[in-house]
Order: sequence, then structure tokens, then C-alpha cells
Amino acid sequence: MVSTILPLKLENVELRRGGRRILGPISLNLSGQGITIIMGPNGSGKTSLLRAMHGLERVRRGKVSWQSDIQTARAQQAFVFQTPIVMRRRVVDCIAYPLLLTGAARSVARKAAVEQAASVGLLDSVDLPAEVLSGGEKQKMALARALIRRPEVLFLDEPCANLDTKSMAEIEAILTAARDAGTRIVMSTHNVGQARRLADDVLFLWDGYLHEQGTKAQFFTATQTAEAKAHINGDLIP
Amino acid sequence: MNDILRGLAEAGQLVVTADADLVEITARSLQVSLGATIIASAIGLPFGAWLAVNRFRMRRTVIALLNALMGLPPVVVGLIVYVLFSRSGPLGVFGLLFTPTVMVIAQVIIITPIIASIAHQAIRELWADYHDLLISLNTTRGQRIKALLWDGRRALLTASLAGFGRAIGEVGAIMIVGGNIDHATRVLTTAIALETGKGDFALALALGFVLIALAIAVNLALHMLTRTEKDSRW
Ligand SMILES: Nc1ncnc2c1ncn2[C@@H]1O[C@H](COP(=O)(O)OP(=O)(O)OP(=O)(O)O)[C@@H](O)[C@H]1O
Ligand SMILES: [Mg+2]
Repeated sequence: MVSTILPLKLENVELRRGGRRILGPISLNLSGQGITIIMGPNGSGKTSLLRAMHGLERVRRGKVSWQSDIQTARAQQAFVFQTPIVMRRRVVDCIAYPLLLTGAARSVARKAAVEQAASVGLLDSVDLPAEVLSGGEKQKMALARALIRRPEVLFLDEPCANLDTKSMAEIEAILTAARDAGTRIVMSTHNVGQARRLADDVLFLWDGYLHEQGTKAQFFTATQTAEAKAHINGDLIP
Repeated sequence: MNDILRGLAEAGQLVVTADADLVEITARSLQVSLGATIIASAIGLPFGAWLAVNRFRMRRTVIALLNALMGLPPVVVGLIVYVLFSRSGPLGVFGLLFTPTVMVIAQVIIITPIIASIAHQAIRELWADYHDLLISLNTTRGQRIKALLWDGRRALLTASLAGFGRAIGEVGAIMIVGGNIDHATRVLTTAIALETGKGDFALALALGFVLIALAIAVNLALHMLTRTEKDSRW
């Protein structure tokens, strides 16, 4: 799969809320293949950056642009939220919903949804109301829903935050497979081990700034900044 | 107290014998108020949802206006509809005055704001939940409203039932535009007003009990139809 919407370009993007700068200014280019991992402490702006890239935040300063026109770009992205958003429907219908939006017949969409549910380990739960799923299961449901349209670019905001190690391994396998199939993945995580396993390159945020970035090897073996070093080592940063 | 007991007894008798007049006006009550509820829901529910998902300059004004319209005095609505549809009025040519149709029209005007307003409240909460997801999925405005109406259908049923409750018990407007004509526009509420005026409290009370039973029956039937109470959470 060759991406039609990348590269994504951020130029001096800055987000302000309530008169306070919460992100940026940040400039970066997202292109090619692979998994980009966003790291950084709580409140450093990971969620804000992902949302700005995806077009969920109104960017008043700076510019976010895709290679393609915005409509094509929007149709080719998916987002997994830090807190899963659960529709008041059965699990299978939640997962099928994005397909229905693009005009798939209900039966076709349901069938695909069941397969997608199976891939994240939710096969036994497809007929339950999504609301009753556990926190981790809701995250898996959200991942299945995000994958079902086979997006070119997939944003994930701490998708494994509530998962046990077995589920995490399954999810990581799914993400790696998606990456190998050509999906460009941008994902935030607090889990350094996960970052090491999945990353092709890393963005490290600190106080809303892009404090350090590089390929996995550069970032983990030749860390430049003290803050990133401390973060990787799990030091309690003063 | 005596009157009430006699009213109950008479109500029982009217129902058991399936009194022809009672059946007729009960059916008309249902026809008018259900008709008005269906039409008002078709307008009010999507409008409430639309209002919840759209940001525009006059939004607050429209919502305030909608809430104010909830308190529209039925008598005044009836009067205005009467003037509009009277022979010399702008809509007089349709010849609808003193027909069930114009009674439906008057009730639609009275209950649409109620249904729209309650729907707006419910949908606004759901929209707050769904907002990021529906934006992220690149939905069109129509798709958003559709998803919200569908997933909020339980709350919306409540909105419609509130409208129906107002309509079935309403007397001021339909009295004026319908005229309470026997075998033409008489419904339960106008019949009650008439019998009370004539001093036949037992019959009036009997009709009143039938009216209450009817309102409850419709509520239960609709809830059962949509299995609101059966599903655990929604
Ligand atoms: N709507 C808002 N109004 C005010 N402040 C906000 C708003 N949204 C985010 N912020 C602030 O912006 C900063 C960055 O938030 P963000 O959610 O991007 O952090 P994060 O890196 O994802 O943190 P975490 O690891 O806890 O998820 C935080 O300090 C947060 O309080
Ligand atoms: Mg976050």
C-alpha cells in the first residue's frame, strides 16, 4: 500500500487553551513507513499533538497540511482515543459503524466487524452491548473499529494503557502487522519497553515542545537530552 | 367522595359495555393526539438533534425561544389557529375548521417545542460523548444526526411521550378549533368539560378515568414495543 495522503507537514503548530500554551510551536514531517512513537511525561502534549495531526484541534497558529486534499486525508485516517469512546450499540455494530458510514451494506459490514473483533480477541463478546465491556476490552474494541477501514494513517493514544501483558502482546502483533501491510502508525505510550519493541522512530515531548527526535537507535542508544534519558531510564524526574 | 366512587362505577360500566359514544370519542382522542405526536416528533426530534450538533450565531436565542414556546398557552394557540383557519382567515379556503385535522394542527404547534426541547437536552449529552469519535470518523452532518437519533432513541421516546401526554390531556386549543361537535370533533377532554358544565360529575369523572387509563396504556404499550424496560441499561 502506497500512501496517497502522506507526507503530513506541521509548520510551527502551536495550541493554546485558556491563554496558556499547551503545545508547540512544533514543526515536523511525517512520511514514509513505520511506527512513530510519541513519548513524554504526563501533560507534555502527546494527546494534543496527536489530535492536532488528526485535525481534531483547531490550529490557529501554524499549519497542518497533508499531501492530498483534506477530504481524502480525513477519509484515510483513524484515531484510537486515550479513553475509548463507546457507542450505545452492540460490540459488532460499534466495530462495523465506520464501514456503514462509507456505504457498506449492513450484512457485509457486520461480517467484516466479526472478523476484526476476532483479530483483537473479542469474538466471544460481539453480541454484548459495548458498554458492558471491561476497560481493556473497550480499548480492543476501539482498535478494531479504527482498523476496519484499513486506514493509511493510524493514530493511537496510549492504546495499551489498561491491557495485561498477553493482550498487549496481541495488540502489538496487530500493530506490527498493520505496519508491515503499509499502515503508517503514530502512537503515544508511557511504556518504554513497548516503545523499544515497536518504534521505528521516536518523538519526545517535553512541556509541549518537541524536545528530541530520532530513529529508534538514535533515541535509545544515543540519547541527547537529560530529560529524555531520565524518561527512558524511568528516573523520577525532579 | 361519593361522586368519585360513582364516577369509577360508571367508568367501569361504560368500559364493560363498550359504550358506543365512549368508544367513538376515545378513538378520536387517540387519533388526534397520536397523530399530533407523530407529526410533532417527525419535526421536533430531528430539529432537537440538529440544534445539539450545530454551532451557529443565533443558537442560544433559538434554544431560549424553544424553551419559552414550551409554555405556550393552548388557548392562545387555539385562538390563533382558529383565526387562521376561519372562513375569512388566510387558510380558510381549506375548510378545515371544526375538523379533527385542524385539531391535530393545533396540537402539533403546542407539543413540537416540548418534544424538540427534551430531545435537544438528551442529544446534547450524547453528542458530548460521541463528538470526537464522529468527527474522527469523518461523518457528514446527516450521519451524525442519524447516529445520535438512533443511539438516543430511548431518551427520544421519552420526549415523544411527554408530548403525547400534553396532547392527550389538552383541552383549550382543541375546544376552540374543534368546537366539541358530537360525532365529529368531540374527544375525551372536551367531553369532560362539557359534562362538568352540565353538572354530570359522574359521567365527567368516568371519562376522566378512561382518559388516565388511556394515557397509561399508550405509555406502557410504547415502552413494551421498544422494550425499554427489558434491556438492562438502555
Ligand atoms: N482544553 C484544555 N484546556 C486547558 N488545558 C488543556 C486543555 N487540553 C489540554 N490541556 C493541557 O495541555 C497539556 C497537555 O495535555 P495532553 O493531554 O496533550 O498531555 P499528554 O501528554 O497526553 O498527557 P498524558 O500522558 O497524561 O496523557 C496539559 O497540561 C493539559 O492540562
Ligand atoms: Mg494523553
